[in-house]
Amino acid sequence: MVKSVWDILATVPDPEIPALSVVDLGIVRDVSDAAVTITPTYTGCPATLAIEAAIRAALNESGHADLAIKTVLSPPWTTDWISDEGRAKLHAYGIAPPSPAHAAQCPRCGSDDTAEVSRFGSTPCKALHRCNACGEPFDRFKCH
Amino acid sequence: MSRELALRLGDDGLILGQNLSHWCGHAPMLELDLSLANIALDLIGQAALFLGLAGDADQIAFRRDVLDFKNCLLVEQPNGDFAQTIARQFLFSNWQELMLRDLAETGEPAFAAIAAKSVKEVAYHARFASEWIVRLGDGTEESRARLAAGLDWMWRFVDELFEGDHAPLRGEWDARIDSALAEAGLERPASRRPILGGRDGHHSEHLGHLLSQMQFLQRAYPGAQW
Repeated sequence: MVKSVWDILATVPDPEIPALSVVDLGIVRDVSDAAVTITPTYTGCPATLAIEAAIRAALNESGHADLAIKTVLSPPWTTDWISDEGRAKLHAYGIAPPSPAHAAQCPRCGSDDTAEVSRFGSTPCKALHRCNACGEPFDRFKCH
Repeated sequence: MSRELALRLGDDGLILGQNLSHWCGHAPMLELDLSLANIALDLIGQAALFLGLAGDADQIAFRRDVLDFKNCLLVEQPNGDFAQTIARQFLFSNWQELMLRDLAETGEPAFAAIAAKSVKEVAYHARFASEWIVRLGDGTEESRARLAAGLDWMWRFVDELFEGDHAPLRGEWDARIDSALAEAGLERPASRRPILGGRDGHHSEHLGHLLSQMQFLQRAYPGAQW
């Protein structure tokens, strides 16, 4: 049962970055027989309520209306929890994945010769970058 | 005391977030517009969590009057020009980051969990503001003069941040502030008689005006929902 709930959650897209599921992003922390435990990415992220509603709808539709949704803050969400599959999906979607050790890689041409334009981007979780090689502006998931 | 602390921390974020959100659509550059709006969003999100420890966050935010607010006076100061907004953010975010770091380690579990999450966000705010202090201070004569005037106004509200339990944070805060000011080529503003009282509900006229806008909808249509 728990396994099938994970599979269902893996089909629930993040409302801001629909290429990724809430599981890819590390938002789902735990699944038990009684509840799905989730954690918000950023405290002020407006998508938090939409995410919970989307998970609720997916659970209800799949016959898991009895499962509660629990929100926990601790330990705080980190980009370390984004799965390898999630990182690959981000790159393919045109968003540079977070990688503390490396410069952002341009999702268009693959160059590492990039610069941060603004640490605050189109959503709380992203920073705005520019590729010096091909000139492409792009979002990068902030290491957090 | 827990409820009091929840109100103080929540009101700080709520009021500063409300002030900052006025820059949305008006900041000097698109990137700054995004930055200030994002910072406002973080602060309001954190405020909702802290106020939630004191009761129903919406009720607390929208149905209290001025005298019941426990925010520090610094956050209710008007935005002024961009330099004045940055001066306020620089002084506040650097304090808030140290305060949250401390709370994450020593606070009650419910407070510590919010603090541990928030401090990661506030570290961005402090870095953003500190970088702009250097850019404006080391920029043109005009940017420098405007920043100096902003810092001079905000400085009188700094001592309130370090009242009570927060006194031990002062040394590290001073070092951070002095380091950024030195890099910006600016002097520390002259000491003034500190203005205190926000934590006890004694506020400046600015807060009433801010609340009249922020609370209008819930006052006119109590209980209205999206």
